[in-house]
Amino acid sequence: MRKELPLGIAGVVGFIVLLDYFLKMPSLNSLSKLLQDWAIIVSGFALALAAVNLVLRHTSILTQPQKKTDERIYSAFLLLGLAYFTITGISWGITKPPFKWAYDNFFSPVGAATFSILVFFIASAAFRTFRARNREAIVLLVCGVVVMLGNAPVGEVLWKGFPGISAWLMKIPNVAGNRGVMIGAALGSIAIGVRTLLGLDRAYLGLDQ
Amino acid sequence: MTITRQVSFLVTLLTFILILVSIRNARSGRLPEIRKIPGLEAIDEVVGRATEMGRPVICIPGSGDVVDSSAVQTLAGLAIMQHVAHRAAAMGARLLVSVKWPNVYPLVLEQLRQAYLAEGKIEDFQPMEQVYFVTQEQMAYILATLGIMQREKVAGAVLTGFFQADSLLMAEGAAQAGAVTIAGTTRTYQIPFFVAACDYVLLGDELLVAGAYLSKDPVKLGSVQALDYLKVLAIAIIGIGALLATGGLEKPLVKLLKM
Repeated sequence: MRKELPLGIAGVVGFIVLLDYFLKMPSLNSLSKLLQDWAIIVSGFALALAAVNLVLRHTSILTQPQKKTDERIYSAFLLLGLAYFTITGISWGITKPPFKWAYDNFFSPVGAATFSILVFFIASAAFRTFRARNREAIVLLVCGVVVMLGNAPVGEVLWKGFPGISAWLMKIPNVAGNRGVMIGAALGSIAIGVRTLLGLDRAYLGLDQ
Repeated sequence: MTITRQVSFLVTLLTFILILVSIRNARSGRLPEIRKIPGLEAIDEVVGRATEMGRPVICIPGSGDVVDSSAVQTLAGLAIMQHVAHRAAAMGARLLVSVKWPNVYPLVLEQLRQAYLAEGKIEDFQPMEQVYFVTQEQMAYILATLGIMQREKVAGAVLTGFFQADSLLMAEGAAQAGAVTIAGTTRTYQIPFFVAACDYVLLGDELLVAGAYLSKDPVKLGSVQALDYLKVLAIAIIGIGALLATGGLEKPLVKLLKM
């Protein structure tokens, strides 16, 4: 019963939301909307569970002397940040200075900095990928170089044909491959969806292995 | 209902019927064969390597949720994570899981608990030490996960599910920590990043059939067979469309679909 009930609820709710997409029936549409609102409330409980785990985990790191000093410092920062943003967000709102100032001056710059390191990661990953170890890697290397030269101004200076070949590679073989992957993924998604709705796929409950 | 939704409804209905028929066939013993998928075969190698080196394996079931359009990929990622958990429990490797969304967190806990229970190693399961929820904020989540990879010096990383800008950062971060990496997603923008940075990649629907491939469950294998029938149908429709376009007859059809 502990497993059947969640499976049954998931199936019934899933079918209602699925039919809502296809059919224009006011009663069905409002029921679907209500269920989707409930999902937000359930998500709130999940957030509370996850937040409790976060606090307990990092409090435990702080209180364990055998943990490394740097790990304890990170945990202290995390708990301080969590407390600061929770208190200022609830007390003054997220658009008022105590919250917004810290968000704009601490959180946003760190986020932007993280995103910017992507360029170095691309360089190191590309260095490993573009080593011509086999035939496939050689094709990848040649196509990568041609597309790069087609997009960079220096490519056109070297040879006028680069932009044309680059555009062809991007528009024809690239799009064809992408569409194949997308069609396969769309059909695969329907298959998983059907299995889940019918209660035939119970992996998400930790069963089926 | 617009013509697009009617077509979509018909495809869904056809999929339902095909899957149910294929599942019935598979249950009666006519199991389809699935070709070897190197990325999934490599899971044992990754977990075994981690066990020998005495270092952990990190598993990330994507950065998607289970209540939006990324749900299917997340469920597929969770199915792979469950298999990794079984192998890690059986081999005695330490498994770490980094979770982005609170909704996914209880699912991961339950899946890991069931996996350790099934392997008779429930005493090895330490939820507080193994499952990390940090934040829903993308960049903060990436940084926290990269930090875990570097501090724990992970020997293996399995990144499967829905990924956005985090795909390359996580895959390359794991590679720099010295991990053997397996990754998979159906997002065509992220697949090239995984191809560039990872040792093994599950392309597109390889991720979605992973659950069937790993569990060998007749029900799931049957639905994979139905998926192949649908692919053949899609190829036939594309072929007919190409012929119609070549003959200049596609305009009435396009007009009909735009109604």
